[in-house]
Amino acid sequence: MAPATASAITLTINGEHHTLTVDHRTSLLDALRERLDLTGTKKGCDQGQCGACTVLVDGRRIVSCLQLAVAAEGRAVTTIEGVADGEGLHPVQQAFLDLDGFQCGYCTPGQICSALAVLDEHAAGWPSAATDDIRPEAGPPELTPEEIGERMSGNLCRCGAYVSIVQAVARAAENTTGSAAGGTTKEPAA
Amino acid sequence: MREFSYQRATDVDGAVALLDADPDARYLGGGTNLVDLMRTGVERPGRLVDVRELPLDSIESTDDGGLRIGATVTNSELAAHPQVRRRYPALAQAVLAGASGQLRNMATVGGNLLQRTRCAYFTDTSLPCNKRAPGTGCSAATGEHRNHAILGASAHCVAVHPSDMGVALAAFDAVVSYETAEGSGQVALADFYLPVGDTPHRETALPPGALITAVTLPPAPVAAHSRYRKVRERASYAFAIGSAAAALEVADGVVREVRLAFGAVASRPWRAGTAERVLSGRPPVASVFAEAADAELAAAQVLEQNAYKVPLIRNLVVALLTELAEETTR
Repeated sequence: MAPATASAITLTINGEHHTLTVDHRTSLLDALRERLDLTGTKKGCDQGQCGACTVLVDGRRIVSCLQLAVAAEGRAVTTIEGVADGEGLHPVQQAFLDLDGFQCGYCTPGQICSALAVLDEHAAGWPSAATDDIRPEAGPPELTPEEIGERMSGNLCRCGAYVSIVQAVARAAENTTGSAAGGTTKEPAA
Repeated sequence: MREFSYQRATDVDGAVALLDADPDARYLGGGTNLVDLMRTGVERPGRLVDVRELPLDSIESTDDGGLRIGATVTNSELAAHPQVRRRYPALAQAVLAGASGQLRNMATVGGNLLQRTRCAYFTDTSLPCNKRAPGTGCSAATGEHRNHAILGASAHCVAVHPSDMGVALAAFDAVVSYETAEGSGQVALADFYLPVGDTPHRETALPPGALITAVTLPPAPVAAHSRYRKVRERASYAFAIGSAAAALEVADGVVREVRLAFGAVASRPWRAGTAERVLSGRPPVASVFAEAADAELAAAQVLEQNAYKVPLIRNLVVALLTELAEETTR
């Protein structure tokens, strides 16, 4: 008998369990959009280059187009639908609204999920390619526009709203205390 | 995409047994390259063995003062690790210079070494490519080759290896550990990538079905004074058109120890051994740095569109070593 090319899996998305049978070729992105009606996560390039499909898996941002759904079983997925607290917007969402961090809005769910993780990664002391002194003793760098731009570079905006996106992330950083994405990004052990 | 079966490995022995039993199987790490290539039909595995949950996700100091990096450590974890940032900063910088935050969270150290070239002819299954379809010819040699190899290539393939991480690993004499159904083995990164010759489809010295389990960095005090610099066509999130990792120690006015490796110039991360020998014992000044770069680049064979890489690498070497010399003698 040929080995199975589909599996029944349980995905945990925004705290809810969903059981479904997926062809192994199904990306997490397609499972979210086509099977679970969670269409907030957008499909842009479908090859890992644009960031429109960014979601959090176990608190870390990833591109869901290159994540096989079957390989996401057992992990905690957070999509844009799970970011707000009921009707109360997350500070990152509010900052994007207040500062016009978008134009057409198509890349925005990915931008916001990415920004959540950026704040978390920064709080955990992760350096970036824009960080002058990456020694751990130097501590987290200031979140300058250069730092934000570099850390957000995996999210493209065809409208070119980058200036306000950077301002929105900076505002969100000011208005967010502690962990933005739920506190799962840990400081690596020394 | 071809249909495939999927299994999640929970231990190394089980993973290598699955690959041993099925030559049509491939390991799945972060999937950032493999899944993409499966979608375009370049890769057509009948089975994926997911190795992300194997207990290979730690970074540990070795007894001799080196660092052992598990194969499933993500790029993000590697670049954020205090010991990497403190003892091998060029490695952290190289990793941070590659891809995006999302991709670095997915991609693994083992997968980084095994990622395939981004040569556009390799990824286009409608065109000849000796690496993808042996014997069909090299479309890049007479086509678009602005970002192709200037060192170590052949008439059969001029593709470059895309890794940033690998450049720093090459500079620091990394050793790759692997496991097969027959047992474990090790290969120095210097011998990990095979010469291109007339077999560009054969890329690494790993035995069939081998699973990379770790990358070990030997102790290297000089690595604490290291830096990675990448030149690319936009400020972030792009592959290199040229890059260099360098480490330098100066004592009594001369170069006591130096490490130098280049990226985006060859089918492998390019350790610049000739340049290192020129530099050893000489004063750390720009003219000597340039002389060393020229000695390494004397072997360069440029194509119509990529001759710019020779002065690019030369300038990179001079700038990088000058900065390191100023820091280490300050």
